Amino acid sequence: MTFEIFLQQLANGISVGSLYALIAIGYTMVYGILRLINFAHGDIFMMAAYFMIFSMVNFSLPWYVSTVIVIAATILLGVVIEKVAYKPLRDASRMSIMISAIGVSFLLQNLATYLFTGVPKGFPDIPFLTKAISFGNVSLSMVTVVTPIITIILLFVVLFITNKTKIGMAMRAVSKDFETAKLMGININNVISSTFVIGSGLAAIGAILWGSKYAAVMPVMGVMPGLKCFIAAVLGGIGNTTGAVIGGFILGMAEIMLVSFIPPLTGYRDAIAFVILIIVLLIKPTGLLGEKVTDKV
Amino acid sequence: MITNKKNTLFRKLNILTVIIAIILLYLIDSDIVGNQYIKRILNLCAIYTIVSVSMNLVNGFTGLFSLGQAGFMAIGAYTVAIFTVPVELRESIFYVVPQNPVLSQIQIPFFPALLIGGLLAALVAILIGMPVLRLKSDYLAIATLGFSEIIRIIFTNIKTITNGALGINRIPAIPSLELDNFNISFGPMWSIFGIAALSVLLISLLVNSSYGRAFKAIREDDIAAQAMGISPFKHKVMSFAIGAFFAGIGGGLLASLLGTVDPKQFYFTMTYNFLLIIVLGGMGSISGTVIASFIVTAGLELLRFFDEPLTLFGVNIPIFRAGLRMVIYSILLMVLVLFFRNGLLGQKELSWNAIIGWFKNKMPSHKKSEGGAL
Amino acid sequence: MGILKLSGITMKFGGVVAVNNLNIDVEKGNIEALIGPNGAGKTTAFNTITGVYTPTEGSVYFNDEEITGIAPDKITKKGIARTFQNIRLFKNLSVLDNILIANHLHIKSNFLSSTLRMPWSRAEEKYMKKKSEMLLEKLGLLSINNEKAHSLPYGEQRKLEIARALATDAKLLLLDEPAAGMNPNETEKLAEFIRTIRDEFNLTILMIEHHMDLVMEISEKIYVLDFGHLIAEGTAEQVKNDPKVIEAYLGVEEDA
Repeated sequence: MTFEIFLQQLANGISVGSLYALIAIGYTMVYGILRLINFAHGDIFMMAAYFMIFSMVNFSLPWYVSTVIVIAATILLGVVIEKVAYKPLRDASRMSIMISAIGVSFLLQNLATYLFTGVPKGFPDIPFLTKAISFGNVSLSMVTVVTPIITIILLFVVLFITNKTKIGMAMRAVSKDFETAKLMGININNVISSTFVIGSGLAAIGAILWGSKYAAVMPVMGVMPGLKCFIAAVLGGIGNTTGAVIGGFILGMAEIMLVSFIPPLTGYRDAIAFVILIIVLLIKPTGLLGEKVTDKV
Repeated sequence: MITNKKNTLFRKLNILTVIIAIILLYLIDSDIVGNQYIKRILNLCAIYTIVSVSMNLVNGFTGLFSLGQAGFMAIGAYTVAIFTVPVELRESIFYVVPQNPVLSQIQIPFFPALLIGGLLAALVAILIGMPVLRLKSDYLAIATLGFSEIIRIIFTNIKTITNGALGINRIPAIPSLELDNFNISFGPMWSIFGIAALSVLLISLLVNSSYGRAFKAIREDDIAAQAMGISPFKHKVMSFAIGAFFAGIGGGLLASLLGTVDPKQFYFTMTYNFLLIIVLGGMGSISGTVIASFIVTAGLELLRFFDEPLTLFGVNIPIFRAGLRMVIYSILLMVLVLFFRNGLLGQKELSWNAIIGWFKNKMPSHKKSEGGAL
Repeated sequence: MGILKLSGITMKFGGVVAVNNLNIDVEKGNIEALIGPNGAGKTTAFNTITGVYTPTEGSVYFNDEEITGIAPDKITKKGIARTFQNIRLFKNLSVLDNILIANHLHIKSNFLSSTLRMPWSRAEEKYMKKKSEMLLEKLGLLSINNEKAHSLPYGEQRKLEIARALATDAKLLLLDEPAAGMNPNETEKLAEFIRTIRDEFNLTILMIEHHMDLVMEISEKIYVLDFGHLIAEGTAEQVKNDPKVIEAYLGVEEDA
């Protein structure tokens, strides 16, 4: 392997990793607040990609207008899902609410298959993102370079919101102790909605970047990234935003490195995440940046 | 006195039900009633019953949120596929990458292969369960889902054993059991229904044993269960492995029924079918699961017309096209979880007492005649 | 040496020292009590005995055998059973099932013979049922053995939880606030109940309790914890007049 190819793969790994990071933030925030694995998160991401096709292809809107619309529509979708499928089950068992999340995920996939067929659809070209740029002998597409930058910026935005704003403080309070926060007069439903707003918004941005990178959209595209990003969140320490981003980066790098250094194992690319999950859970179940929680007896 | 009389009556009713079931089975198996299509659906229902009841053992009775059924089924299915296909056909099936030279010489009869498949699934479950079952329920869901996917990914990649993405076809059908002296033959349907009945019986016996009570204790409160001297870990692994065993058996039967296996069949969304079934039947109800298995499996097959274009009075109704069935299916799952969380039976079991009580409630005016007739 | 001995038990959570160098020696056949203001570390001490927590320092001995850091289920098998501060019954199961579950730890049949209803497993199951019914009868709970645990009135639930602990054939019973939420009349009955089971089942009882009347009435020995430290121990009389105890309790009374 030449040094150029190595650099190329490194950039690729960082970019895939930062896409994972964007989706992982949504998982980690929802889990932090509701203690729920939002199985539908990956499918919200998938729907966002279809929204983009709609907006740019069917309505011929320019990419920057479409981006705004897609983010808004995805946020709406996320919040509606929370209100319809999760809120009524607030007092139900953990298993019920998880089954509901699986139901939403399954419904979105089937709905997408029904509406758009299972055949992959081309993602509209955003010239600014798809154009190639070269650094010496290394040629990269713009989206590969831009993705990590956007991810880092968004991470700081999210950190600012959670640490410096009033709603962020409420979020932290709720994730520390749901019941007490409720008793203290925090409007739980607002907090939960805000979490879904942030998570879905980031998923939408992730979908646009993903579509520009891989150029194809299909109903099951959210499944694997969804599972992997939850694992990234666990790896980073569930509930911890920075941890989710670090976890995403590690996972992306691990995958790309496996594919480029041990080509015979390429077929096992999707298995790495789960192997990492088991290792983390065995060695440090709280993840890299997670806090230890002891069960009260 | 009255309860005694009632009990004898119920026993008679039970025997009657079994006899009716056997007669029906005979009529359908020997093609006197129904057709191949109905036979196939019923066989599928019976197989889904095995897998769903085993999933309910883990999820409904032990309270573990496991989503690994598809993976364990794959193990059972592939074991049957790899070992029952006649040796002379192997070369033409593994035409891209030849089968491992040792494996390609081994052929095992169906029933031992089925049992091995179940045992292998249980073994894998124990290996997976050791690290994973220490986790809290929600991590367990992801981890089991992940493992089910890893099993599928491995099967796609070990081409010399599984033929990779091409899958294995020409799997022989379940052999008929011949009784030469009496000139009677029991077709595959007998085996499938027999194994299904046996599986359901064994799991209900287990659930109602001391071990079953320990499982339920862990479901109710694992800290209290542990304080009562029950090792949650040991019992969780036990329940998980037994569940995997039956899923493996179900997978093996499925492989033989369909005659072909490939990794795509065992995509993890397959597990969602069983999830729907146990939610519909009632988490923690075996009879509910059996009923729901038949409703859901048959329903899914019969509702295929939703996927066909529909023309009413010369007008094409546009909503009827490929995929509608699955949309309806997933909406059904949502509606169940949101509005009918207990499913058909909750944690109760179906009994003659319950059925009669139900009828009495529905038809108060017939109370007397009903009582007299029974 | 008594039946239960805690030697230099310290339990830290991060920087917080919940229990500090605790030494306790519970005499066989006694009813003893662990008291102290809220947050004094009483339940934490229980949790180190029952194996829920492994103490940061120190050792726990039961019948002269070290049991420090052993898993809770193994400790129960050795003969220590407990109840919980906030009742933890198997709510959706019947009273009888709750008791039967507590018999499972001694089971000889494996899951296969149990499932296949082998003759020896049937006999064992029958024995367990008989034993459980006898226990329920002794405690006056047999008439409600088919009720679901969650449908019982509060007092009965407390009683059932004690019965369940007894069903494990424990020699040492740890009761975590058995009288919580009871009125004086019920508390009085409970005192009687605790004494009866001690005598009838040859038990040693260590309890955490806030109802001072109850504690003073039935305990042969009392340990007073404050901020994780053992500040006093002795008979009811000795403890009652200990200036340190008075101070600790007065401080709390002001808060309350």
